[in-house]
Amino acid sequence: MRFNIPWANEINRMQDEMERLFGDRSGESMFRPRAYPPVNIWEDEDNLYVESEIPGMELEEMELLSNDENSLTIQGERKQPPRAEGSTHRQERSFGRFSRSIQLPSSINAEKTTAQYKAGVLKITLAKKEEAKPRHISVTAG
Amino acid sequence: MTNKPLTKPHPAQMEAEPTSQSPAYQPRFDIVESDNELTLYGDMPGVEEKDLDVRYENEQLMIHAKVPSRKEAETMLCEEYGVGDYQRTFMIGESIDPAKINAEIHNGVLVVHLPKTEAVKPKRIQVKAV
Repeated sequence: MRFNIPWANEINRMQDEMERLFGDRSGESMFRPRAYPPVNIWEDEDNLYVESEIPGMELEEMELLSNDENSLTIQGERKQPPRAEGSTHRQERSFGRFSRSIQLPSSINAEKTTAQYKAGVLKITLAKKEEAKPRHISVTAG
Repeated sequence: MTNKPLTKPHPAQMEAEPTSQSPAYQPRFDIVESDNELTLYGDMPGVEEKDLDVRYENEQLMIHAKVPSRKEAETMLCEEYGVGDYQRTFMIGESIDPAKINAEIHNGVLVVHLPKTEAVKPKRIQVKAV
């Protein structure tokens, strides 16, 4: 939760400070609910990489959508596997439908997007559009 | 003015520290008990069969997995989770047959079966009509 009224700046700053002091460094916030699935994003000159930890999925239960050149949606359903009759001692994992839209930091070419799912980790490679790639400027001594 | 230390120095061995630099993550687990076994389901994304070390010793089940770094860039645009080894230990109170423990991992979900010993399994008693 972030406050958008002007005098709330102080509260926001205090929240940031508290998270810096007490929050763990895994990116989890004490104030904002955690979005599922969590993603890591990085880039090189040609591609954007979106990696997400979604264990226990089958390929047909997952869907990737790119609505325009700047967004990506990961959605699917994490189904609870059939288990033996008995009593549950601990229940820490969660199941159900999820959908998450991510705003991408640069324009991508949706046709060239590839994705692979391995050991519960989804890795999506998004090719940047030509105009989004960095241009090298040669400097000449004058 | 005397030079008094502000904090009391304490011997290094007072705090147990892991020997490796990377942090170990605690995976989430579901535990279900049936008549015949205890079953553990754990989310361990990024882990493959060869990375796992599952051992049972002194009524403790120790689960450890090595996770190689998948980081390919120095700077991340967005980092919502960390990648590192997994570590978790459970105390198993039930009588377990250690020889029959088995585990499998599929798509980042570890399943550990801990079969109970014959002695503690509930026995159904046949009721005869007379």
